[in-house]
Amino acid sequence: MIKFLVYVAIILAVLAVGYLVRVFELAQSLKGKRSEEITEKDNHNMARVMLGLLIFLFGFTIWQLKEYGGKLLPEAASIHGVETDKLLDFNFAIIWIVFVLTQTLLFWFAYKYYGRNNNRASYFPHSNKLEMIWTVIPAIVLAVIIIFGLKTWNKITEPAAAESTIVQIYSKQFDWTARYAGKDNVLGESNYKLITASNELGMVADNKQGQDDIIVKNELHLPVNKEVEFKFNSRDVIHSAYFPHFRAQMNCVPGMTTMFHFTPTITTAEMRAKTGNDKFDYILLCNKICGNSHYNMQMTIIVETEAEYNKWLSEKKPFGAAAATAEAK
Amino acid sequence: MSMENHGHHNHEGHHAHHDEHHHEEHWVTKYVFSMDHKVISRQFLITAVIMAVLAMIMSILFRLQLAWPGEKFAIINWMLGDKWGKDGILDPGMYMALVTIHGTVMVFMVLTGGLSGTFSNLLIPYQIGARDMASGFLNMLSYWFFFLSSVIMVSAFLIETGPASGGWTVYPPLSALPQAMEGSKLGMTLWLVSMSLFIVSSLLGGLNYIVTILNLRTKGMSMTRLPLTIWAFFVTAILGVLSFPVLLSAALLLIFDRSFGTSFYLSDIYIGGQALEQTGGSPILYQHLFWFLGHPEVYIIILPALGLTSEIISVNARKPIFGYRAMIGSIMAIGFLSFIVWGHHMYITGMNPFLGSVFVFTTLLIAIPSAVKAFNYITTLWKGNIRYTPAMLFAIGLVSTFISGGLTGIILADSALDIQVHDTYFVVAHFHIVMGVSAIFGMLAGVYHWYPKLFLRQMNKKLGYIHFTLTFISAYGVFYPMHFLGLAGVPRRYYDNTAFPMFDNLVDVNVLITLFAILGALAQVFFLFNFFYSMFRGPKSEQNPWGSNTLEWTTPMANIHGNWPGPLPEVHRWPYDYSKPGVEADYIMQTVPLAEGELDGGGH
Repeated sequence: MIKFLVYVAIILAVLAVGYLVRVFELAQSLKGKRSEEITEKDNHNMARVMLGLLIFLFGFTIWQLKEYGGKLLPEAASIHGVETDKLLDFNFAIIWIVFVLTQTLLFWFAYKYYGRNNNRASYFPHSNKLEMIWTVIPAIVLAVIIIFGLKTWNKITEPAAAESTIVQIYSKQFDWTARYAGKDNVLGESNYKLITASNELGMVADNKQGQDDIIVKNELHLPVNKEVEFKFNSRDVIHSAYFPHFRAQMNCVPGMTTMFHFTPTITTAEMRAKTGNDKFDYILLCNKICGNSHYNMQMTIIVETEAEYNKWLSEKKPFGAAAATAEAK
Repeated sequence: MSMENHGHHNHEGHHAHHDEHHHEEHWVTKYVFSMDHKVISRQFLITAVIMAVLAMIMSILFRLQLAWPGEKFAIINWMLGDKWGKDGILDPGMYMALVTIHGTVMVFMVLTGGLSGTFSNLLIPYQIGARDMASGFLNMLSYWFFFLSSVIMVSAFLIETGPASGGWTVYPPLSALPQAMEGSKLGMTLWLVSMSLFIVSSLLGGLNYIVTILNLRTKGMSMTRLPLTIWAFFVTAILGVLSFPVLLSAALLLIFDRSFGTSFYLSDIYIGGQALEQTGGSPILYQHLFWFLGHPEVYIIILPALGLTSEIISVNARKPIFGYRAMIGSIMAIGFLSFIVWGHHMYITGMNPFLGSVFVFTTLLIAIPSAVKAFNYITTLWKGNIRYTPAMLFAIGLVSTFISGGLTGIILADSALDIQVHDTYFVVAHFHIVMGVSAIFGMLAGVYHWYPKLFLRQMNKKLGYIHFTLTFISAYGVFYPMHFLGLAGVPRRYYDNTAFPMFDNLVDVNVLITLFAILGALAQVFFLFNFFYSMFRGPKSEQNPWGSNTLEWTTPMANIHGNWPGPLPEVHRWPYDYSKPGVEADYIMQTVPLAEGELDGGGH
């Protein structure tokens, strides 16, 4: 690969130098004429280039859709994600139509109306009718986009259901910690001043609600078809909890708590079958520049059946019990 | 600068240039601390070209890492040394610094200072019929603050801990805490000092542009006879004057937090093994202040480019710009709306969802005046008699990228969709096409078109053609595939994606992007050669080489003080009478009186 790059660079550099020399010579020989006037032939040639660029643009589009279209994220694995995917498709449908229409008009006119010596442009300074058309039509289309967009947004940002599972996502340079609210489904108090190497979240030791909280690293387990409400906190700088497969994201901001909730709908096992990739894993990654190792801050997410999830959770030691054993030692 | 040397250079200066001037000037006041708008314009342009080349080289360095992570490149070691490019492998911290400084330099030094500084300075006095800017002295200060700011920004590469590396938006707490990374140490201080100087420069320039346009228009030059370039510069200057002070306040508060222990942006932080005392601040406050400038800023960048394009498309299509008044209206609408959309950068900061809805609404409204502009450009080409100067090619290229990039903005403006693509490569693709590429195209178009006024000579057209074709192809080649990366969930500002198996199948995309980036960089050699070569060896230009209507082409082809040797020209008509029926020539300059019964402003 690297050799290939070097070859390409060398070839291009040689070409560049060659052209430069040639042009330099041409410029020298033309010095008598001293003119950079644009001829009809120039216009015609560049009109053809314009047509070529239109073909390039559309050809490149089609090629990319074919090559990369299948490499995008798999189907959304959350309830709201299915809806935002539909909204995305709807917006893209409009975008493609406008893109093809306007680029075709632009480059077609650029091709068709190249300057001829015996020709004269038409004097067409304005038309209220036309300008009204392209003010009103975009306004209507945008109104539709806004209405659909806000409908989805409002649904996503509604308060979470009371029975949803509460999980804290806690970020620091450069890893994630998850804390499950435990049996009482209430997160215990914490204070950043209590943070130590063994109390990474700064949990208040004698806080009653915190005793049943379960703190885990490395893996985030979620039950399928059950709403999870995430509460995000950060210890040091802003991070962003990005769950691409669930179409979810929220910043983790030091000094405040942010929230997002969603319902996973496809278990990891099902998704492996769907994608035909038995190594597939959902992932949580950091999507806000947070320091030198920003590019390697991740947590695997396992979506499983409720039974599997409960079994996994029951094997974990709650905060109170873990603290007690640590003390006993 | 080198005031001590003046005795030495004194002599040469007089000899070389006495033929152009009646009263002889010291070379220091003539070329260095000049108050002449034409010289200041050239100073801005040449500084911006140098800064653009530096920022482009930075982008090639980090693109190499992104395409071939972990590969050894001699050029990386050669440029960055053993500290940041050991064995030719880019250091992760330096990667972030390159991304940060590339962004800052391109956004501020090249596309704000460079673009507005060059063309507002050159064209405002020329096109409104003024002898110079309202205050030549403030204008000179504006350039020298800009110069100092540019030097400081780049000099951060020479210090031990390297430049700022928190991204061009430098969000605290990352940028506020020296414990967070090397780039938040001295490099960040230099960044803040540089930006503060830049803001001073921008304000001095902007106030000058506004006052000049309002007060120094020549007789007959009413506001509705101004070329669209001037309208664009006018609205741009207003945006800058209203929004840059807010960035200065954001920077000052950040300086306080960094150096004096305040907690404007800091709260409840534990870092480097200790809990900080600061509490009660909000990092989100910084984002509000930053984007209150940051969003108008993207229009500060694109409006002048659109203004230049309006003029160039009309002149070279030999047609009046379609819908002159609608164009002015849309410039003003875009300018106004740009102040009430900043929140769309912050949908996922935990802001109140209702507030998010409001920003969705205002943001998508901007699409309407933008659509009007795009359709008006296309209609201007219709039934034209298009002359393909390199400037015209870049102007049409701008319309293409402005549309493509604008359309993807619809996705990002929609908060429900932004959740998914926020801070991914989709965003990088969007703003590079709509703002970066479009504005650079506008700037290049401006350089090709007004080169005869800048350097009295013409650029080589064939080199221009090659330059445009390669640049257009590589610009789309670089940024188009990034949309796919973003839709695949690839976050921006990642040094390396290899830790994520889900991105393994996208390696090819990054290689393709980097190859196009290298092609694009090489294409600029054609421009740079043409630019510097033509300055000395290009054919001398005639007075009105493009057959334009505007006043700058009524000045003689010489750089004289006061622009017009005699009295100021008088204006009798709007600037877009091209191919008017009943007149033999296909252009009528603004100084030509209206014939009997002739209507102004496109009436006929």
